[in-house]
Amino acid sequence: MSEAVIELHEVTRQYDEGPPALRKLTLTVNRGDSVAILGPSGSGKSTLLNLIAGLDRPTSGTVTVAGAEVHTLGEAAAARYRRSHIGMVFQFFNLLDDLTVLDNVLLPAQLAGVRGGEARSRAARLLTTLGIDRHSGAYPGRLSGGERQRVAVARALINQPALLLADEPTGALDTASGIEVQNLLKELHAGGQTILMVTHDMALAEACATRTIHLVDGQVSADTLTDSRS
Amino acid sequence: MSALGRVVSSGVGRRRWLQTLVIGLVAAMAVATSVLGGALLISSRAPFDTAFADQNGAHLAVLLNAKKVAAQQAAATANATGVAAAAGPFPVGTVGVRGTEAGTLTIDLKVVGRADPGGAVDRVSLTDGRWATGPNEIVVSNAGIIVSVGETLTAGETTLTVVGKARSMSDTADAWTDPATLAALTTTSEYQMLYRFEAAATATEMTANQTAVEKALPADTVIAARSWLEVRREAVEAAAVFVPFLVAFGVLALAMSLLIVANVVTGSVASAVRRIGILKALGFTPGEVVRAYVGQALLPAAAGAGAGVIVGNLLAVPLLGRIQVVYGTPKLAVSWWVDVVVVVFVLGLVAVTGWLAALRAGRLRTVDALAVGRTSSGGRGRWAARLVGRLPVPRPVGIGLARPFARPIRAVLLLAAIAFGTAAVTFSVGIGTSLVRVQAAGEHNIADVVVQPPRPTRGGPSGPADAGPQADPAKVLAAISAQPGTEAAYGVRQQPMRMTGAANAVNVSATLGDAQWNRYEMVTGGWYGAPGEATAASGLLRATGKKVGDTITLTGSGGTATLTIVGEVFESGEAVWADVASVGAAMGDTGSTSGVRPTNGERGQTEDSFRYYIAITDASDVLDYIAPLNSDLETLGLEAFRNPRTTEPIITALIGLATLVATLLAAAAALGVLNTMMLDLRDRVHDLGVMKAVGMSPGQTVTSVIASVVGVGLLGGAAGVPIGMAVHSLTLPSMAGTAGTSLPSFITDVYLPAVLTALVFGGLVVALLGALIPSGWAARVRTATALRTE
Ligand SMILES: Nc1ncnc2c1ncn2[C@@H]1O[C@H](COP(=O)(O)OP(=O)(O)OP(=O)(O)O)[C@@H](O)[C@H]1O
Ligand SMILES: [Mg+2]
Repeated sequence: MSEAVIELHEVTRQYDEGPPALRKLTLTVNRGDSVAILGPSGSGKSTLLNLIAGLDRPTSGTVTVAGAEVHTLGEAAAARYRRSHIGMVFQFFNLLDDLTVLDNVLLPAQLAGVRGGEARSRAARLLTTLGIDRHSGAYPGRLSGGERQRVAVARALINQPALLLADEPTGALDTASGIEVQNLLKELHAGGQTILMVTHDMALAEACATRTIHLVDGQVSADTLTDSRS
Repeated sequence: MSALGRVVSSGVGRRRWLQTLVIGLVAAMAVATSVLGGALLISSRAPFDTAFADQNGAHLAVLLNAKKVAAQQAAATANATGVAAAAGPFPVGTVGVRGTEAGTLTIDLKVVGRADPGGAVDRVSLTDGRWATGPNEIVVSNAGIIVSVGETLTAGETTLTVVGKARSMSDTADAWTDPATLAALTTTSEYQMLYRFEAAATATEMTANQTAVEKALPADTVIAARSWLEVRREAVEAAAVFVPFLVAFGVLALAMSLLIVANVVTGSVASAVRRIGILKALGFTPGEVVRAYVGQALLPAAAGAGAGVIVGNLLAVPLLGRIQVVYGTPKLAVSWWVDVVVVVFVLGLVAVTGWLAALRAGRLRTVDALAVGRTSSGGRGRWAARLVGRLPVPRPVGIGLARPFARPIRAVLLLAAIAFGTAAVTFSVGIGTSLVRVQAAGEHNIADVVVQPPRPTRGGPSGPADAGPQADPAKVLAAISAQPGTEAAYGVRQQPMRMTGAANAVNVSATLGDAQWNRYEMVTGGWYGAPGEATAASGLLRATGKKVGDTITLTGSGGTATLTIVGEVFESGEAVWADVASVGAAMGDTGSTSGVRPTNGERGQTEDSFRYYIAITDASDVLDYIAPLNSDLETLGLEAFRNPRTTEPIITALIGLATLVATLLAAAAALGVLNTMMLDLRDRVHDLGVMKAVGMSPGQTVTSVIASVVGVGLLGGAAGVPIGMAVHSLTLPSMAGTAGTSLPSFITDVYLPAVLTALVFGGLVVALLGALIPSGWAARVRTATALRTE
């Protein structure tokens, strides 16, 4: 379990104004790890996630994910990289309201050019596993927050990504739904999925993470191994 | 700045800069198009009368015998009863000129010696260059021969430099020189006197005026007199064909700018509904919000309007230049008040539409306004999304195709812009083609080479060439036909003849060989073949009430011929064509004149001798063809010349005009698409961010955005083409109504299947052009940024 999936080397991200959001951050995440990023608002957590997802580029430093030099990718290459390596889950779900649950889940596979039959069977399996198969024909607007987040997770996993990124996955959920999602992530990790999540939710971090990283002012202030598999 | 002003202008400033730019652009476009539309409309209102009045046109142009009247005596007629102003006497002479290039025809020009173009009557307008002041300088009328400033003409031994081009609405000359130059070129035995009268509106008044002038002169000194009513009739007839066409273009341009402005302003204010909701939630009154938003639309619109006035006036220069050629009027310019009216009109339109849209938004309950944009489209178009989802197309395409159904109103606006643009282009193409065909058909002149007796190279008392006995036409034609490179040839002899039942003399052409190829388009019936058959011009049939199948009797110096009309040729003049075997005898011997003055005397064609028109197989080698032919013809007393084509300036102008207008309208439509697409993309920026986050590449994004306009583009094209065709077929008869000819199919059926297909896809192209920038913008939008907008 020591193969590195994410390697950040001296990453700095400076926005147009203000102090840098990340300062010379160096970080390695191994395959199978479940990492929780914690820290106060504005400490650079989302920025870090965006850099790993190839949604943003560092001002300096290198970002390597599953062998891909993410900081060098152009827009099109970054899109291809996301399709094949990354699944993303957001605080506000970011489902497309005009597509059904099934179509939302299928979208990344379709963009990646996965054959229709294969994509559909993957989606069906995921929806069943996540317990939302009965909503597959519904539109996201009709679902509860917890259900929506599960749809988002299914969408993130359809291309069998090396890395699942989650930004405050329980941030918009009530306690009960939060626990649903927490259990889901835990199961995924148990199944070997590498996860990097940003959260304020200590319960989530404790339940799901094998490692917690504290960010303060764009720098790692603490990096602790926790064993959640008890 | 007030709190509200700051809130609103912060909306203009950053995220909405593109929107602001588009409003400015649209206002510029609308103003430019309206300036052109206004220029078109104004120039089409009585173009002759306006230009004639501007020039103090001559009501009467009189040619006096200089041998019998002294200059002073002529000048004294200015005091005749009823004369308001007079100019002259100017010396007049006929000068045979030819281009310096080999093989060009000698053309007789009526040259008037005038020291300056101004004066009390007939203030000739220079359209190019300057007035002829020095020796051997000449100014040519741009209604006459085709020559440019700086070129030279040869008149006998003298080389004349063309220093200017000018236009006299009174049509007083083919060219002007200073009196000394004219005297050196030819013996001037005539004077020109030009008059304006107190009353000159009717033929009766003009007859009285002419009588008064003649009374003031010794008897038998007036050689010819031409009333402005006659000049006017000819000019108005020539221009009438074009008036509805240009009016239609003007109206189209105005309508287009109206549509686009309304579309854009409504759209942009509507997209601000949510922001308006927030403002109201914060405590702004609806009135304040409306005022602020109207101001926000007016600001860029005013800037755009300023730019539009400049662009419009710049574009008007080539446009009006073409209209000048088409109408045969001198220098047209955009009047300053058109600019003012247009700017006020467009800004007013922006204010009114902006006000109406903002009013709606301002009245919206705050709760509803806040909900706009936040909620999904509420199920609209989901059936379409599902349907499209089943299509075997890549997902980005499917997403794009389903998009119009999610925002049906916006899709309809888009459709309207594209359909209107396509209709406008279809109409422009159709009407341009029709007019070019009308113009080309009216000239019957596609021959490459013309053969006729050579002119005496020296000017002098003008008159028919003293070519001695005429060569046998059959022999000449045989020689021409035997010449390698001859594709078709015929001989023709023209004579004005009297026709029983016709008020005016009729131009009769007696042909040897088939002449129909020289662009004689049939309205009905066929070209004459058998002896005793004739083909008549539409103008003649209209003037005399004759029909195809009727019999006509023509009388010339040689006797009478009775002919049966077997076909109608598209031609507004009063003319008849028949085989020389049918009318040759009635015309009498060649070289003689019938004594009948032609009504629409085509210059240089009044003398009665055979000339021959030839089409050659390789028109690029006219001179190579002419040289050997001339050595064959020399013994027959004839010479071959390159045929001067006279129609080209008007046809070129028409094509240019139609192209210019079509391009403008298409651009305006594309701008409408651009705006709608941008509004749409702003709404979707978050969704696009999500799609990119899950792996949609820039290429796929572009594909998706493009796919969202393909359907609308095709539909708009398919809807616009029949609309454009309908407008075309509605406008044509009104053109024909004023031109007084019936409409043969070669004028109405201008839409070839290939053209139609191209036009339908043109709608698509316009849509794609409009979507191009927004799609690139969508592809470039930062995903991280897009995801934050919520
Ligand atoms: N697009 C941007 N432009 C300018 N500054 C930005 C941008 N995105 C983030 N920042 C700034 O960078 C810093 C880090 O932002 P980031 O979103 O990474 O924080 P965060 O740790 O995710 O905070 P939160 O817990 O509130 O989500 C903040 O100061 C923020 O204002
Ligand atoms: Mg964050």
